[in-house]
Amino acid sequence: MDLTTTYLGLELPHPLMPGASPLVDDLGMVRRLEDAGSAAIVMHSLFEEQILVEQHEAFLFESNAQSHSEAATYLPDPGIFALGPDEYLEQIQRIRSAVAVPVIASLNGTTPHSWIEYARLIEQAGAHALELNVYYLATEILETGEDVERRTLETVEAVKGSVSIPVAVKLSPFFSSFANFARRLDQVGADGLVIFNRFYQPDIDVEALDVMPTLRFSTSAELLLRLRWLAILSGRIDASLAVTGGVHTAMDAIKAVMAGAHAVQMVCALLKRGPQHLTTVREEMEAWMEEHGYESLRQMQGSMSLVKSGNASALERANYMRVLQSWRMP
Amino acid sequence: MPQTRKVTLDGNEAAASVAHRLSEVIAIYPITPSSTMGELADEWSSQGRTNIWGSVPRVVEMQSEAGAAGAVHGALQAGALSTTFTASQGLLLMIPNLYKIAGELTPFCLHVAARTVATHALSIFGDHSDVMACRQTGLALMASGSVQEAHDFAAIAHAATLATRIPFLHFFDGFRTSHEIGKIAELSDDDLRVLIDDEQVAAHRERALTPDRPVLRGTAQNPDVFFQAREACNPFYLAAPGIVAEILRRFEKLTGRAYSLFDYVGHPQAERVVVLMGSGAEVAHETVNWLLARGEKVGLLKVRLYRPFDAEAFVAALPPSARAIAVLDRTKEPGAAGEPLYQDVVTALAEAMAEGRIEALPRVVGGRYGLSSKEFDPSMVQAVFREFTHARPRNHFTVGIVDDVTGTSLPAEPDFDIEPDAMVRAVFYGLGSDGTVGANKNTIKIIGEETEHQAQGYFVYDSKKSGAVTISHLRFGPGPIRSSYLVRKASFVACHQFEFFNRYDMLDAARPGADFLVNAPYGPGEIWDRLPREVQEEILAKGIRLHVIDAYRLSRETGMKGRINTIMQTCFFAIAGVLPVETAIAKIKEAIEETYGKKGGEVLRRNFEAVDRTLAELKTVPLPASVSSRFARPPIVAAEAPDFVQRVTAVMLANHGDRLPVSAFPVDGTWPVGTSRWEKRNIAAEIPVWEEPLCIQCNKCALVCPHAAIRVKVYEPSHLSAAPPTFKSSDFRAADYTGHKYTVQVAPEDCTGCTLCVQFCPAKDKSNPKHKAINMAPQAPLREAERENYSFFLDLPEPDRTKPRVLDVKSTQFFQPLFEYSGACAGCGETPYIKLLTQLFGDRALIANATGCSSIYGGNLPTTPYAANREGRGPAWSNSLFEDNAEFGLGMRLAVDSHRDAARDLLARLASGLPAELVDGLLAADQSHETGIAAQRARVLDLKKLLEGRPDADARRLLLAADYLVRKNVWIVGGDGWAYDIGFGGLDHVLASGRDVNILVLDTEVYSNTGGQQSKATPLGAAAKFAAAGKETGKKDLGLIAMSYGHVYVARIAFGAKDHQTVKAFLEAEAHPGPSLIIAYSHCIAHGYDMAMGCEQQKLAVDSGVWPLYRFDPRRAEEGQAPFQLDSAPPKIRVEQFMKNENRFRMVERLGKDRARQLTVAAQRETDRRFRQYQQLAGMTPAPPPAVETAPEPKA
Repeated sequence: MDLTTTYLGLELPHPLMPGASPLVDDLGMVRRLEDAGSAAIVMHSLFEEQILVEQHEAFLFESNAQSHSEAATYLPDPGIFALGPDEYLEQIQRIRSAVAVPVIASLNGTTPHSWIEYARLIEQAGAHALELNVYYLATEILETGEDVERRTLETVEAVKGSVSIPVAVKLSPFFSSFANFARRLDQVGADGLVIFNRFYQPDIDVEALDVMPTLRFSTSAELLLRLRWLAILSGRIDASLAVTGGVHTAMDAIKAVMAGAHAVQMVCALLKRGPQHLTTVREEMEAWMEEHGYESLRQMQGSMSLVKSGNASALERANYMRVLQSWRMP
Repeated sequence: MPQTRKVTLDGNEAAASVAHRLSEVIAIYPITPSSTMGELADEWSSQGRTNIWGSVPRVVEMQSEAGAAGAVHGALQAGALSTTFTASQGLLLMIPNLYKIAGELTPFCLHVAARTVATHALSIFGDHSDVMACRQTGLALMASGSVQEAHDFAAIAHAATLATRIPFLHFFDGFRTSHEIGKIAELSDDDLRVLIDDEQVAAHRERALTPDRPVLRGTAQNPDVFFQAREACNPFYLAAPGIVAEILRRFEKLTGRAYSLFDYVGHPQAERVVVLMGSGAEVAHETVNWLLARGEKVGLLKVRLYRPFDAEAFVAALPPSARAIAVLDRTKEPGAAGEPLYQDVVTALAEAMAEGRIEALPRVVGGRYGLSSKEFDPSMVQAVFREFTHARPRNHFTVGIVDDVTGTSLPAEPDFDIEPDAMVRAVFYGLGSDGTVGANKNTIKIIGEETEHQAQGYFVYDSKKSGAVTISHLRFGPGPIRSSYLVRKASFVACHQFEFFNRYDMLDAARPGADFLVNAPYGPGEIWDRLPREVQEEILAKGIRLHVIDAYRLSRETGMKGRINTIMQTCFFAIAGVLPVETAIAKIKEAIEETYGKKGGEVLRRNFEAVDRTLAELKTVPLPASVSSRFARPPIVAAEAPDFVQRVTAVMLANHGDRLPVSAFPVDGTWPVGTSRWEKRNIAAEIPVWEEPLCIQCNKCALVCPHAAIRVKVYEPSHLSAAPPTFKSSDFRAADYTGHKYTVQVAPEDCTGCTLCVQFCPAKDKSNPKHKAINMAPQAPLREAERENYSFFLDLPEPDRTKPRVLDVKSTQFFQPLFEYSGACAGCGETPYIKLLTQLFGDRALIANATGCSSIYGGNLPTTPYAANREGRGPAWSNSLFEDNAEFGLGMRLAVDSHRDAARDLLARLASGLPAELVDGLLAADQSHETGIAAQRARVLDLKKLLEGRPDADARRLLLAADYLVRKNVWIVGGDGWAYDIGFGGLDHVLASGRDVNILVLDTEVYSNTGGQQSKATPLGAAAKFAAAGKETGKKDLGLIAMSYGHVYVARIAFGAKDHQTVKAFLEAEAHPGPSLIIAYSHCIAHGYDMAMGCEQQKLAVDSGVWPLYRFDPRRAEEGQAPFQLDSAPPKIRVEQFMKNENRFRMVERLGKDRARQLTVAAQRETDRRFRQYQQLAGMTPAPPPAVETAPEPKA
């Protein structure tokens, strides 16, 4: 079975790969993922905040220094230490030398500021592609949707301008006119779109009156939103498409490809079941495709998109009405 | 001669750079001011820097200086080239080994940053009292007087010890040279190879103890042979001066820098000559040159090789014309015929006279100068020379102080200034936290490297650890800088903090026409009216040019978060004109890049923007013709302060302690308590504000406050009638206090703004949980009203100590803290424990305090934080040494017991003449609680009334001893450096003794006071100095060791995690009739995070099992229960979650993820193992390792 796909200009044997997560911090795990047949390695994100905060922490931590006769400093000289971002660059190199598959580094940031130089450093460190994660919660009450979009576009443009490797943009679904925004990203040169980011949704501790950060694993139910938007975008923009969030089974992956995905990223499923799950999903995909008489993956890629499916109304507003009206109290 | 590299560094680095390159084994132990030498050696070795033979010296930290000397002795015996660094008491601890090393004629070089030996008081500053205590050991003593000399003589001493086989002690003045930054010519590795004779190295190796050629050393000898064998070394000592002289000639040939055993400077026919060594000789050199230029026949003899003292060479170096010689010693030897150098000179001259080498005996006088880094400047050298114009010049004089008691002091002219105008002299007043010192060090480097100028920097810090004031003294100019004293006639003065105008006379050091740069929140049009009258007067009188910049605004605008150092540095260059300003700015940016380069763009961008905008923001202020200010600088202390505080403390607080005469001081170092309350520092930008409706009256804010600046009281409502208008109170909610009022009050001028109380406050506004029962608010608008409120609050009655039925967190906080407003860091994790101790037992406690942070914030002048209550009772506190504190405390216990027993005996003897009920009551009193103690105090009062006026000896003795019938407790307090390392032997012995002492170990897990060196309390995985790559071994379990005795009460506590267990442990420890040990988790700035989060981190330490809480009470065993109680639950979170919030752990990660992961795994394993062990001790079934993989993130 021919499962080959092209994602971000990279020719891949199949679309399955781990999504950005701390899974790849450990070189042993990276090797196991390759052994499991991962088409590429997506690294966890280097955060804009991490870059700026570490710069600042190192800068401001000296406030206790040079204050007392008996001690000029209280910790060993940090001059000999590398910061987190520098380690990230080293990790790219280590992963590159450990595995043969393409390495996609990930940079998480939302402003076109000086942290962008890390995109260049990531390229220099040997990443084959860069996933730019614009994880952003628009909490600022004076900021318009237009502001958010403009800043994101500027950021993508700035990153694109500083590197020659392909750049994918990982997005949240919270844009008021997502299709249009996707097109504009396409126009400023995004080589791929990764949909969608999952936001962590903090819980509330009613006793301590505290907000508690929580981390819940995704489920296949979350895939539906992604399928819909893949289908809407597929065939209408040049950028390649990747799905992330909610892919747990071979059937999930097949649906994503049919909706238009060139790459299928999995995180929670691999965290829960281990890297060998990637092999299982691939084998089951193959089996299903054989059973159903497919010759290649490309054959089904985008087959259920808005453009191609012929049942456009199922994805659009009309479907909403129909489904609601047919619903009866059980 | 090859081109030598010029480098800018301090004296410690200058010496260590040579020592590291010429050694194979380096044993170290931190002690101010020499710690930097050991730290650098360790850092260099951990970076793989090699010695001149290509191997990396092994650096080992020992448990004390005695240990370091022992290790060095062993290394030398086994044939290695070895060195160590020390000072003061540390050097004294090495003395036994120094005798041995010298007696065995072993080449060895010891580098000493000479420091005062503690006598009536400790001093970290410099003089020769420590090295002079070694002149009898057989070591050669070699003195350096400047940074260049510290570098040169380090090399010369290493060469000389190999050549002579006599061990060398190379010393330079602590702080004045060890911490002075200067530009020097560096000795290259090749230079060192030329100086060191490989054959002599080989000879040393051949003498090594080795089983391949066995010999025996360290025999015990008897009266028949010891004496002769001791004299056998004489030829080596006789030959040594000649060998050293030869090395000095070789050194001159190599470097062009000429030194002799005794260097004479001055008129060839000088009549008056001064003799001295160390940095003072540089000052004398400068002064002699100035006097020579004015035709005076004066001279100076600098002593380089003090031991072996070559008397003939000394006499030969003196000009024969010298008829008057003043010998200056930087040490004091009470009761001696004279100080050591003076005695040597007198002996040398007397022998020369007797042997006919000189024709007449010059008049020789001796004097003392510069003890504890007391300033020694040209006016004092001039005063010494001038003394010879008197017919009967004073002998055994002092210079640099006013001795109005025994009249020894020579008068000096304070305005005597000999520095050339070409010398740029600058003084900067800054705060430790504003980066002034760092920027000035960089300025020196820039000028040193960019110009032909010489550069000098010296930094003075105040004695506080929070809000510390720094004064930087910088000099730049052509020619050598020999001015080893503070800048007095500055051409540039900078005030980096506007509030300093209220405290310091900064222009005192300004010369006429000087530039004065002020960082102020005011523009050029406004600032003049904001200056106190005295300052305006001084500006106009001296014709000073005033420049102003609002550096904090600029810092905020450029995202520098309050860092003003590079802004102020740019201003200096713009005004001082030492370099073209463009060059200077380019260099400042280079330095910023060098410092933050790796840390990336954003910090650079913000710094650059700040620097670029500075010139436009800097304004010169047009001055009016006359003084217009309507206010004067406020008095340093309040008018109601006691006489001693007014006369002495206030003068010290104003930075004028140098002006106090001898008569101002107690003769024996005894000092009044409770003086910190008069020092109103106003260092908090924001202070806590109480929201009484939200408060749940738990008193936790008062418990955690490190400075006793937030207090609680409960009182009758009638007192409120006189309350100031903004004084807050609420109804006290407690059954037995119906109708009472309650107040939480902040001391606005004593708070350091650490926010621990706000972080710890559990009471949240239910509608707005961000808002708590205390919240921070800007201090300035609150200051006046809160000052009045606090004063009113303090006057409210103190609670009846016998009233609380239970002593817990809440009730104990109503007790008056007798430890207040110390100089500890903002957010200190140690002081809350000490404060609690004084609240519970302060009125009957003697405290023995080991040297360290707690002795510094507890006893470093100008002010004293230990205080007395309204009855005049309070902790009696003393510091003996670092290493002997447990023994010191035990001695106190024995004395108190002896007084008590004597009182009881006398009472029994006098019983017949006293009311039986009183006597019985006194002898049988139950003093295990406050009520019992109060009753006993009342009985003692009655007894004293009956004894008063009785003539019989027993009655008089009992009157004196009667107070000891009231229970006293002894607290032995110190840090982990003391308890785990240097003082462990004594601590162990005192625990074993079974005596009733209470030991409080403030465990910060590093040597905090000397700058964060690892101790045996440092946990696995933490980076500390001397363990930069993370400690690989586990923390020593001091508690378990103590428990093994069975009779010791042991508690491990952390107030931030479980405050009620903390209070319980203190009560139980005190009640336990034998020895008690409390090991108290103390968060510390050396852990590398914001101290506001200290309590949160304590919780994580406990929740992760890193710091299990327990109490081991031998009394429970007597009752048939398990003596060990585990007070903390099984670990809820992974150790990693605790570690990741502290830079001491995170630094390891920066060295390499793999190592960090290994250490984290090892730390987890170690924590699990220990927790299981504790569970077994508690008789529990050990729980499996924590199952929780992820837990809530800590609040950031």
